[in-house]
Amino acid sequence: MNIVVCIKQVPETTEVKINPETNTLIREGVSSIINPFDMYAIEEAVRLKEKYSGKTTVITMGPPQADDALREALSLGIDEAIHLTDRAFAGSDTWATSLVLAKAIEKIKDVDMVLCGKQASDGDTAQVGPGIATHLGWPQATYVRKIDEVDFDNNSVVCERLLEEGYEVLKLSFPCLITVVKEINEPRMPSLRGKMRAKKQNIPAWGIKELGLKDEDAGLSGSPTQVVKIFSPPPRRMGMIIEGTPPEAVDKLFSELKKHLT
Amino acid sequence: MKEKGIKVIKEKCVGCGACIKACPFGAVTLESKIAVIDLDKCTLCGACKEACPFGAIVIYKPQGVKTDVSGYKNVWVFIEREEQKIASVSFELLGKARVLAGDLKSKVVAVFLGSDIKKDTQELIYKGADEVILVEKKELGHFIAENYANTIVRLIQKYKPEIVLAGATTTGRSLVSRIAVKIRTGLTADCTGLDIDKEKKLLIQTRPAFGGNIMAQIITPNYRPQMATVRHKVMKELPPDKNREGKVIEEVLDGKIIDDRIEFVKFIKEESYKVNLADADIIVSGGRGLGEPKNFSLIRELAAALNAAVGASRAAVDAGWIPYSHQVGQTGRTVAPKIYIACGISGQIQHLVGMQSSKIIVAINKDPDAPIFKIANYGIVGDLFKVIPLLVEKIKSK
Repeated sequence: MNIVVCIKQVPETTEVKINPETNTLIREGVSSIINPFDMYAIEEAVRLKEKYSGKTTVITMGPPQADDALREALSLGIDEAIHLTDRAFAGSDTWATSLVLAKAIEKIKDVDMVLCGKQASDGDTAQVGPGIATHLGWPQATYVRKIDEVDFDNNSVVCERLLEEGYEVLKLSFPCLITVVKEINEPRMPSLRGKMRAKKQNIPAWGIKELGLKDEDAGLSGSPTQVVKIFSPPPRRMGMIIEGTPPEAVDKLFSELKKHLT
Repeated sequence: MKEKGIKVIKEKCVGCGACIKACPFGAVTLESKIAVIDLDKCTLCGACKEACPFGAIVIYKPQGVKTDVSGYKNVWVFIEREEQKIASVSFELLGKARVLAGDLKSKVVAVFLGSDIKKDTQELIYKGADEVILVEKKELGHFIAENYANTIVRLIQKYKPEIVLAGATTTGRSLVSRIAVKIRTGLTADCTGLDIDKEKKLLIQTRPAFGGNIMAQIITPNYRPQMATVRHKVMKELPPDKNREGKVIEEVLDGKIIDDRIEFVKFIKEESYKVNLADADIIVSGGRGLGEPKNFSLIRELAAALNAAVGASRAAVDAGWIPYSHQVGQTGRTVAPKIYIACGISGQIQHLVGMQSSKIIVAINKDPDAPIFKIANYGIVGDLFKVIPLLVEKIKSK
């Protein structure tokens, strides 16, 4: 099986603190991590390869420092990495981002399956996965919590898709794109050997020309949406601590809640 | 045109550092009291430009391809079905669409796909639709993103709507991204505000970014339709008006809309969900403070008394006390109920980003320094094993 995993480098929110005076988040010297959902996609790709053999490739679109994220994926058992990096990509919305990733997948050739996390923790859109599938003209399964047997005779895979009120079972033909939720597996820790290999491995960089795109296809000019304004949300008002013995406190809480219950 | 379009005007910059604080990516530093932007880290999000009190930062936005956006009209709402009924988020969107259509002097159109669903069209009209475009096909009986996208793309090409709205649900998100890519138009996820710029006739889409840290206003100026998703409970459903009249347009689409590379096998309903988290007015969540799995029964009792859904922190899920589908937070679900009651949850940032948009937050925790109290409207510092049973009793007695 030839599997591609798409990942994104995001700010690590555990380092974000709340300013007690304004109740807003403060970010100082925020470090970067692989989007938490993508860790499950990486693990699933490695498991599928262990089970069925084949090749795994990780790709990311991002600035030079996203190299760290690719090397981390390699240390976790992914075979190869490709870095999609070009200043012309900056400011891409989900439309342009999914185009760039789709072009890279086409260039890798003969890919059977693309795995993504269900969404990125910074943007939260969940739009890039289905976007890639559509650019490629492939079927998709989103929010997958389990990949069942792969049927190589029929070139298909059965998976379970997590929904609001249960789950559904879908059967997809290859090539296909799957986005995964946390429930699908428990990611392993990187091995020492993996880390050593990741450090040395050559990671090719593909820019806009290598993907056969023009400058205006990506970045701000390739994005149908435009951000016109950024502002801080109104700070959340600090609430009240209800004092008293448990029965007294519960009485007060209940009378407050009653106001909001109808 | 390879250079990024952001520049600091040195003559205007006073080195106040407002941009450094505003940058979500740590891309701005001061060198000799002038802001310097690291182009490798910058994503051109514009947070620094907004924060700069001196107008010292400029962003050049290259004009994308202009397409003809005239001739598009009406506000469409994708109607989502949950088993036998219409999802509440669809009615909420019809309510919002009425306001937008009022500003644009156009119509609200409900797009309704499925099998044997004609009987439900009247309710869509009562709750705000002027027209219902109905596509009934046996193969559309169950939602498959590919088939629904193929159908709606054809409808969009035929009718040219100005705006298309859908719920930010697992169904909505999986569907509209496919449509937007095929049509080549803009799509904005999880909008908390939708307004019309009456002068330019543009949809102004407001959404939180970076875990609610920043709000962004987004437009799609050069492509149509303008597409957006909205979460449950953000917009208001209209009360049904049985005097409202509307038109039902039955569409019979010829040609291939069914993708045979994907097959629906079966749906398994999980009985543990009494109420769907995204849809719930009240959520009662439990965390590590419960101590052991059997104590989750306390949370369930309180939830039952309030007719609420049961949520959980990551700590409780990781400990195996409750299934993942109940997890609220960054790696779980994002919720915004009217009332969120956090019991024995300390309030790690990963949990807070998943529930801080709730209207009223109640925290019950024995640690007075727990971060959850910082965002709670009402807090009780105390033993949840005493407080919750008292609260259950109180609710039941009324």
